[in-house]
Amino acid sequence: MNHDEYNLMLTRRQLLGRSSTGIGSVALASLLNTDERLAAEPSDQSGIGRAKRVIYLFQSGAPSQFELLDHKPKLDKLHGQQLGPEFFKGQRQTGMTARQKKQVCRSIYHFKKHGDSGAEISETLPYLGQVADDICIVRSMQTQAINHDPAITFFQTGFQQAGRPSMGAWVSYGLGSENKNLPAYVVMISEGSGKRDSQALYGRLWGNGFLPSAHQGVKFRSKGDPVLYLSNPAGIDSRQRREILDLSNKLNARHYEDVGDPETITRIKQAELAFRMQTSVPELMDTSNESKHTFDMYGEAARTPGTYAANCLLARRLAEKGVRFIQLYHRGWDQHGDMPRDLPLQCGDVDQASAALITDLKQRGMLDETLIVWGGEFGRTVYAQGGLNMKRYGRDHHPRCFSMWLAGGGIKPGITYGQTDDFSFDIVENPVHVYDLHATMLHCLGVDHERLTYKFQGRRYRLTDVHGRIVNDILA
Amino acid sequence: MLNPSCKSTLVLCLLTVAANGDEVSFNRDIRPILSEHCLQCHGFDADKRQAELRLDTHAGAVAKLPGGKSAIVPGKPTQSELIARITSADAETRMPPVDTGKKLTQKEIQKLVTWIKGGASYERHWSFNPPNAAPIPEVSSKVWPRNSIDYFILARLDAESLGPSEDASPNVLLRRLSLDLIGLPPTLAELAGFERAWKDDPQVAWASTIKRLQASKHFGEKWARWWMDLAHYADTDGYTIDYDRPHAWRWRDWVIDAFNRNLPFDQFTLEQIAGDMLPDAKTEQRIATGFFRHTLSNREGGANLEEFRVQKIIDRTATYGATWLGLTVECAQCHDHKFDPISHREYYQLYDFFNNADEININAPLPGEQSRFDAALVEYRRRWHELVDPVEPQLNAVMRKWEQLMLDAEKSPGIDYKRDRALELLGILWGAGYGEGQLEGVRLTRIPFSKRTQRQKERLLDYFLGRGALGLEQEFKDLKLYELRNKIAELKKTLPSLSRPQTLEVSMFPRQTRISIRGDFRTPGAPVQSGFPVALHAVKLANPVPSRLDLARWTVSKDNPLTARVFVNRIWQELFGRGLVTTPEDFGAQGALPSHPKLLDWLAVDFVENGWDIKRLMRLMVDSATYRQSSHVTHEKLRRDPDNVLLARASRVRLSGELVRDAALVVSGLLDRRRGGPSVRPPQPANVAEEGSYSAKWETSTGGDRYRRGVYTWIQRVTPYAQFATFDLPNPNRTCSRRDRTNTPLQALTLLNDPVFVEASETLADRLLNENKDADDEQKIRIGYRVCFARDPQSSEVARLKTFIAGRRKAAANRKPVSEARPREWFVWREVAVVLMNLDEFITRE
Repeated sequence: MNHDEYNLMLTRRQLLGRSSTGIGSVALASLLNTDERLAAEPSDQSGIGRAKRVIYLFQSGAPSQFELLDHKPKLDKLHGQQLGPEFFKGQRQTGMTARQKKQVCRSIYHFKKHGDSGAEISETLPYLGQVADDICIVRSMQTQAINHDPAITFFQTGFQQAGRPSMGAWVSYGLGSENKNLPAYVVMISEGSGKRDSQALYGRLWGNGFLPSAHQGVKFRSKGDPVLYLSNPAGIDSRQRREILDLSNKLNARHYEDVGDPETITRIKQAELAFRMQTSVPELMDTSNESKHTFDMYGEAARTPGTYAANCLLARRLAEKGVRFIQLYHRGWDQHGDMPRDLPLQCGDVDQASAALITDLKQRGMLDETLIVWGGEFGRTVYAQGGLNMKRYGRDHHPRCFSMWLAGGGIKPGITYGQTDDFSFDIVENPVHVYDLHATMLHCLGVDHERLTYKFQGRRYRLTDVHGRIVNDILA
Repeated sequence: MLNPSCKSTLVLCLLTVAANGDEVSFNRDIRPILSEHCLQCHGFDADKRQAELRLDTHAGAVAKLPGGKSAIVPGKPTQSELIARITSADAETRMPPVDTGKKLTQKEIQKLVTWIKGGASYERHWSFNPPNAAPIPEVSSKVWPRNSIDYFILARLDAESLGPSEDASPNVLLRRLSLDLIGLPPTLAELAGFERAWKDDPQVAWASTIKRLQASKHFGEKWARWWMDLAHYADTDGYTIDYDRPHAWRWRDWVIDAFNRNLPFDQFTLEQIAGDMLPDAKTEQRIATGFFRHTLSNREGGANLEEFRVQKIIDRTATYGATWLGLTVECAQCHDHKFDPISHREYYQLYDFFNNADEININAPLPGEQSRFDAALVEYRRRWHELVDPVEPQLNAVMRKWEQLMLDAEKSPGIDYKRDRALELLGILWGAGYGEGQLEGVRLTRIPFSKRTQRQKERLLDYFLGRGALGLEQEFKDLKLYELRNKIAELKKTLPSLSRPQTLEVSMFPRQTRISIRGDFRTPGAPVQSGFPVALHAVKLANPVPSRLDLARWTVSKDNPLTARVFVNRIWQELFGRGLVTTPEDFGAQGALPSHPKLLDWLAVDFVENGWDIKRLMRLMVDSATYRQSSHVTHEKLRRDPDNVLLARASRVRLSGELVRDAALVVSGLLDRRRGGPSVRPPQPANVAEEGSYSAKWETSTGGDRYRRGVYTWIQRVTPYAQFATFDLPNPNRTCSRRDRTNTPLQALTLLNDPVFVEASETLADRLLNENKDADDEQKIRIGYRVCFARDPQSSEVARLKTFIAGRRKAAANRKPVSEARPREWFVWREVAVVLMNLDEFITRE
């Protein structure tokens, strides 16, 4: 049977299920155009869609904007002032601080202007300051959710309740894979130094929801096999495995003659991909051939598997291999208290490596085609949780405004976008909702967020639901 | 671009073509077009309706529009504004609007034209009409059909000039039937017995095998796991904290038992929706309501109690709608349903049934528990009094104070921070780790002290001592309650636990349901009472306001047009690989139309007339000639019907993750066939469940529990068992009517390297070596094929394996034997076993 015949025999379902097996995105798109469920069409707006992939550096737990990216000098004067109910305009607060006395709390960290752009970045992020002209800081992010689980679910899936596909799954579904030896969507997790009992991160955050499950993220693990069950069991080496596979393929091919079901052929191909992954994934994870210069750039921590720095380095290697969506999570940012102790630890985990990733990609000429996003699930309150003890202060959850940064992939470098009021309580200029971020990210990938839909349970769903606005101001 | 004159030419063209076209049916041809392209803005949802036009009813479609025209003028497509607008050359006025990204095809426009020309008659949506048992159709063959099902299938094949496939071989049939009915491949003995019986009399062999399998205790295990998808079962709370629910399995065992004793589906329904409300409800009937206890519990600090309570009610309402009615009722949560006749208000009327049910775990001791508990209780109470009595008056006083604080916080929040926080903790943490209803503690504080049972008092006191100190720190210090807490905690260790499965109970303190404006619980609108959607059937009620038990009765009323259809379609999907309606969760306007509407109706009517007998329904299906066809597919058939809609063959179906596991355990002989009991944790790297989680611990089960069927595997909601997740276990956070069946490299890696499958292949190798010690290679290969595929190998398969074995034997010559039982030769057969268990056929129901 030749290749054309084989393609002809694939049902629509199988085609969708195959997209991670390495049909190039162009071929895939043309094959899938016949599918009524897939409505992703390349947008005809010129100049967009230069990004081929995303590296999402998710800061789980919600980093404080006050101590990192949103400079609020007036708080030094207002420090200790009590905020009355009129100040909060009905904004929800969590049960943890809803009824406590609310005293304005300044940041104990200083801010400095960096680069030609003069971006204001706190002293806790010195390395980021050095790449200030390559990033776009958005100070006017907003969300609706106030608890971690709904908030992180919202960022990952565009909906607060569990069950929708993650953004990476949408991108894998819409654009397919560029690599025939690796999955299209890879996830890596690192533990923060700053907090020990962090919020859970779980499979559904990178799940496929109702999309075909071939689009779910594949978690690369820091301990044991990087991909679960990648290694052969004791006593079976690669040569034996090859012989077992050769015989299985022959017997499967013979069985195919009996049953005629193309699924059997797909099974042979997937077994072959699995075999290739047994080589390609360990090669990818093995950073020993990286230069000293690289480790100088990312920091010594990059030599230790499972650290955020190591994951950043792997993210660059995955980007080089054409993996479509690379999702990192760094845990430990939920600083209700002890921020002066824990925040510097967290920044120590992420600052150097995040900046290095930008520089590294830039040096390799890949920054333009790689969209990097850094941020958490919401912001933190202007008032201190509990008392105003500046040695042990912390802040509660605040969905109304917070800061993120983006780089590369068609984002305008060297700008700071959006303004919050003196308390970073409300946005006074250029709000960017989670939906808008999603729409803009898809736009950077050349996908119209209103056209990337999937019909499920009687409705066409999309990542941005019925919302989303492309933030043209931050596009290059 | 077309100019206006071209436009009229186009319409004329269409009219000509349409005049020669076929008859159109509103339900088959027109409704899907309207639903897909028009109803979002011109449908049932009055708030979002544009231009005062609704196209979901005849009256709306022919009504005069503000401009004086009508969207539809029956019989006159050229005068119908709808046709003018969908064919308009002007992008500004053309429908659907450009920004929707939707576009009508020429064929669709033709259909609309033909329909209007023929009078534009509307029909009620097909699934809202009662099923109607049509007479058995005439067909081309009197020989092929085995029962009524086959006439309906063949009639359609006749119409398409296709013929059915021949019967599958008896061996394929046995394996298919066994996997379908009990979820396990046949054993060697079962296979041999069947082959003998088939030789004697195929008819008898087939009938008796169906009977044997339906009587098997494994029958319920297979079908329970299928039903658990609908309830989205898991053994933990979900959300970030994801604490254990150690008694969730009691409902699972109830389901297994219900299928095994063939509880009729109407009773099965009554007990799960409202078992607690049945007259003289038995404990088991209360446990049945655990169907609705697989909603998630958020135990994250700071979570709003009402917000997450509401989420559970929304989930229950949606799960009920999808499971029994096959309707996406949740679409009416924020606004009127855009496609189906369920108003925003009616959604909240359904919601009210669940809004007035509380999560309560009940004492339902396992055998032996009660007597052990009672025996220890006397001594426990004595020592408890020793500890508590000396401080009792003061303790009571401070506890009453605390309870009053809770009541005040509930009544008037926002006054005292600590008080509010304490109430929130009570709601979040009550029964954490035991899967208890989160709000039960709050409910207990509302019961007047004198009316509480001793157990209730003790449980509340336990909580109070454990976590009630917030805001009462001084009292705790003064009365040495911290010390008392520790002593009582110590004492409690002497009291054996009583199992407390999860159930629903009628709310002790009724809630007034209100419509949530835009679906937001913080913006309550008009009050509503429970009730049923008016578009569906009406029932006579004893009470003016129907109860949850009335909902259950309404659901299985003979007049309900949906319940039986939805259920027979689910069973059909399981046995034939694909539903007659391919959207089993959506029988509404946006769902798929049935491929064989008359068959669906016939089955639904037959099912209800025969007492909702589930085993009988399945028997009818598996005894049909349709079921017994070969799954072999020719290029021609694949081209004509790639999805096997017409059933001119059987569908090949990849086994679910659970059944892949079960098959590996059966062929290796490792399967522990014990039934029921707490969920177990098969081997997997611990960090699969633990990495990234808050507190999950994966302590691998020991002994036989390592080898239990998949249905008994612990489902850690946020990080489900890896092998299942790889094989498409549905997301346990929402109801699932259709599983994916993907084909991925991770599946290949799992079958080759997951320790469970490695162990199974090693043990299968032991079997191949020892099943018949005198057997030669060829005979051993034959045994392997019979064990794994319930058939003899073909000569070409034997030849390939023999070549392989020769090569492997050479390679094994240098190896050291593992043990006496596993000599050098064992390595050869281990690799044979790995090959067999990795073949497509092994994980496929042929």
